[in-house]
Amino acid sequence: MSDFDTEIDTSGLNCPLPVLKARKMLNEMTSAQRLRLICTDKGALKDIPAFCKMTGNPLLSSEETDGKLYFIIEKGA
Amino acid sequence: MAKKLAIIASKGTLDGAYPPFLLASTAAALGFEAKIFFTFYGLQLLKNDLSLKVSPLGNPAMPMPVPVPSIVQIIPGLEAFATWMMQRKLKKKGVASVAELREICLESGVELIACQMTVDLFDFKNSDFIDGISHGGAATFLEFASEADITLYI
Repeated sequence: MSDFDTEIDTSGLNCPLPVLKARKMLNEMTSAQRLRLICTDKGALKDIPAFCKMTGNPLLSSEETDGKLYFIIEKGA
Repeated sequence: MAKKLAIIASKGTLDGAYPPFLLASTAAALGFEAKIFFTFYGLQLLKNDLSLKVSPLGNPAMPMPVPVPSIVQIIPGLEAFATWMMQRKLKKKGVASVAELREICLESGVELIACQMTVDLFDFKNSDFIDGISHGGAATFLEFASEADITLYI
């Protein structure tokens, strides 16, 4: 698993809170820092890649372990 | 240039409150410029006191734990019960509250516009509404919507 600088656990929260919380955290981060986002919302599997694509914050990895989704997002320039 | 989302919110029920605030807050998170124009019953969504309700009456698609015939749904208290059930379910499933999504909209720069004509029609006062909203009419909405990438009537 990639290294990361900050982590948010949105377990138990439903759409659109994982996206909104990721946005808030990324606003506070500096370029090239990495965020690990943990989700249990199944919709996040498509929503987080869409969010990353539209906001120019590269999605470095996504994986599912024990019913949880783990995303590593790099803050874009 | 930022993409633009224009929404007309015309419903003032608990279930009707979700789509406009949810989509606008998410749009703002995606870098959109978003504006919601609240008209008719949608104005309830701008009130300080958000006592939004949901009713199974006239809504045959609403999932109920047991089938409740329409004639029974007029019994006083059934609407309050349905609202309570829906709120409990929303909380249990980790869905944001309407107030929370509305707050995120304001924080993230979504413009909330009260339709002046319906404010006057219903004799609402400015003090009924939350701070940070603006007022406008049909031309205000259409000017923004004419340049919007997405326009929704909810």
